[in-house]
Amino acid sequence: MSSQVKKFIPSPSSPPPIAARGVVHGLRTNLFSNLFNSVLTVLVVLLMIKTVPPLVDWAFTHAVWSGGPEMCDGSGACWAFVIDKARIMLIGTYPMEQAWRPLAASILFAGVVAATVSGRCKKRTLTTAWPVFFVAALWLIGGGAGLSEVDQSMWGGLMLSLGLATIGILFSVPFGILLALGRQSRMVGVSSVCVGFIELVRGVPLITILFMASVMMPLFLPVNLQINNLLRVQVGIILFSSAYIAEVVRGGLQAVSSGQLDAAKALGLSRWMITLLVVLPQALRYVLPALIGRCIALFKDTSLVIIVGLLDFLGMTKAASQDQLWLGHDVEGYVFCAVIYWCICFGMSRYGRSLEKRGPQTN
Amino acid sequence: MTSNEIIIDVKGLNKWYGDFHVLKNIDLEVRKGERIVICGPSGSGKSTLIRCMNRLERHQKGTIIVDGTELTGSLKGLEKIRREVGMVFQDFNLFPHMTVLENLALAPIWVRKLPRREAEEKAMYYLDRVHIAEQSGKYPGQLSGGQQQRVAIARALCMSPNVLLFDEPTSALDPEMIKEVLDVMISLAEEHMTMVCVTHEMGFARTVADRIVFMDSGEIVEQNIPEVFFSNPQYDRTKAFLSQILHH
Repeated sequence: MSSQVKKFIPSPSSPPPIAARGVVHGLRTNLFSNLFNSVLTVLVVLLMIKTVPPLVDWAFTHAVWSGGPEMCDGSGACWAFVIDKARIMLIGTYPMEQAWRPLAASILFAGVVAATVSGRCKKRTLTTAWPVFFVAALWLIGGGAGLSEVDQSMWGGLMLSLGLATIGILFSVPFGILLALGRQSRMVGVSSVCVGFIELVRGVPLITILFMASVMMPLFLPVNLQINNLLRVQVGIILFSSAYIAEVVRGGLQAVSSGQLDAAKALGLSRWMITLLVVLPQALRYVLPALIGRCIALFKDTSLVIIVGLLDFLGMTKAASQDQLWLGHDVEGYVFCAVIYWCICFGMSRYGRSLEKRGPQTN
Repeated sequence: MTSNEIIIDVKGLNKWYGDFHVLKNIDLEVRKGERIVICGPSGSGKSTLIRCMNRLERHQKGTIIVDGTELTGSLKGLEKIRREVGMVFQDFNLFPHMTVLENLALAPIWVRKLPRREAEEKAMYYLDRVHIAEQSGKYPGQLSGGQQQRVAIARALCMSPNVLLFDEPTSALDPEMIKEVLDVMISLAEEHMTMVCVTHEMGFARTVADRIVFMDSGEIVEQNIPEVFFSNPQYDRTKAFLSQILHH
C-alpha cells in the first residue's frame, strides 16, 4: 500500500441527457402511451368534433350582434339582447343621465386594483389609495355634496356585486384575522366569545344570515333607528365571511413553529410585536391559497343577495331576461354572466399565484 | 478576566413537566465574563436549565436572578432580562420571511428603538464579524446551516447582550460546518463575552470554558475547570459519560 496521499480532482460536470422533444414525441407520451389512453384520446376527439363546431356556430357564425328582438331567429346566439341589456346588467336601474358616475367610479376602481396588483406601489400609497377610493366611489354613486342623490334601491348589477365583494373582502380579512387571534387568546372571555361567534356563524347558511340582516333585524330595532338594507346585508356578508377566514388563518397560526416564538421572545420582543412581525406574516403566507379561495367564494356568494330583494349582476341578468320583448334569450344572458364571473375569479386566482411567488426564495 | 460580579444566580431551582421532575435543586452562579459549558446525556435537563435562564421555560421552585432582576411572572422584568440575554438555538430559528439584514435589525428597531439606519449599520457590523456580510440581502432559506447559525449569533449580538446562551448550537449542523460556528464562538469567548453553552463539543469546552458543568437526571453532578474535569472526574457517572463521548 502506498502511503502517498492522492489528490482528489472532481470530475467535470456533464450536461443532462437531451430529453426527446417535438410534436410526435409529445403526442406519443401524453396521448397515446398505451391502448387505454389511445382509446380515450380518440373518444375525446370525437366528442369535440361533435360539440365544438355547433357551439362555435351558435356563439359566432350564426350569432346576431345588433338590432332588436325581431332580428333573432333562434339559429344562433342573440348577443343583441346582451348588448341591449348591458346597462341594466352592469349598473342596474341607475338613472341613465347619471350613468357617467358609476363609470367614473369603475375607472377609479380599475386604477386602484391595477396599482395593487402590479406590486410596484408602496404599501403606504395603497393604504391611503383604498380609503380615498371608497369615499370617492360612495360619493360618485350615492351622490350628495354637489351631485344629485341616487337612492340605494337603484344600485344594482355588476356594480353592486363588485361593491359588496370588495368591501366584504377588505373588511372580513382583517376581521377574520382578529377573530383567529382572539380565538387563541389566553383570556378565556375573549377566546370563548370568538369561538362562539365563529361556530355560530359557520353553523348557519349565508342565506339565513342575509334574511336575518334584511328582514328580522328591522323588527327588533326601534322605528327611528333604521339602518338601510344594503348596509345590513353588507355587514351580514362580512360577518359570514370573517368566520371562515378566521378558521383559515388559525390553521396558519398553528403552522408557525414554536422555535420562531422562542427566538422572538429571546430577542425581547413584546407579545404584540411577536404576533405582528413574526407570526402573522408567516401564517398568512402559509394560508394564502386558501385565503384567495375564500375571497373568490365571497365574490360568488354575493349573488345570494337576490334572496333579500337586491338585484346584483346575476339578479339583473335574470330580470332582464324576463323582459316581454326579449323572452327566450336568458341563455345568452347567463353565458355573458358566467364569462364575466369567470374572468374576475380567474384574475383573483392569478393574483393569488403571483403573491405566492413574490415571497422569500429558498434553494 | 472573570470578575466577581455574579450575572446569573440560580438557587434551589426545581422544575416539573407534569409529574416529571426535570430539574432538581440546581444551584449555579455565572460570573461576568465567565464561559461555562454545560454537558451531559440527552434528557439530563441541560437545555431546560438554560431555557429557564430567560424564562422560555417557567420554573416552579427556587430563584433565578439575572443581572439583578429576579425572573418571576412579571412581564416588565422579563422583557428587560430578555433584552440583556441573547440566545442561540439548535435549529437557528431565523425568521424565514425576512432577509438576513432584516432579521438582525428587527429587535434593535422594535425593542431598542434605534432608527432604522443605525440598526442596519449595527447589523452590518456584526454580519461582518461573523464573516457573512455579503449575504445580508438573502433570505435564511438560501443559506447553509453553518451560515444560518452564524447569522443567528450575529442577531443575538445586535442586541448588545450581557450574556449569551447557546442551546446546542452545532448539533443540527453537518460536520464540515461545525468549525465555522465554533470559530465564531471562540472569538466571542476571547473577547470575554459571558457565555453559557450547552454543547457536546468537548474540544471547544476544553479550550474555551472556564468551568464545565456536568448534569445527569436533572441534577448537577459535578462542575470543575476543564483540566480537572477531563483528567480527574470525581464521579463514576462523569467518567462513563466522558469515556462514551471522547472515545468514539
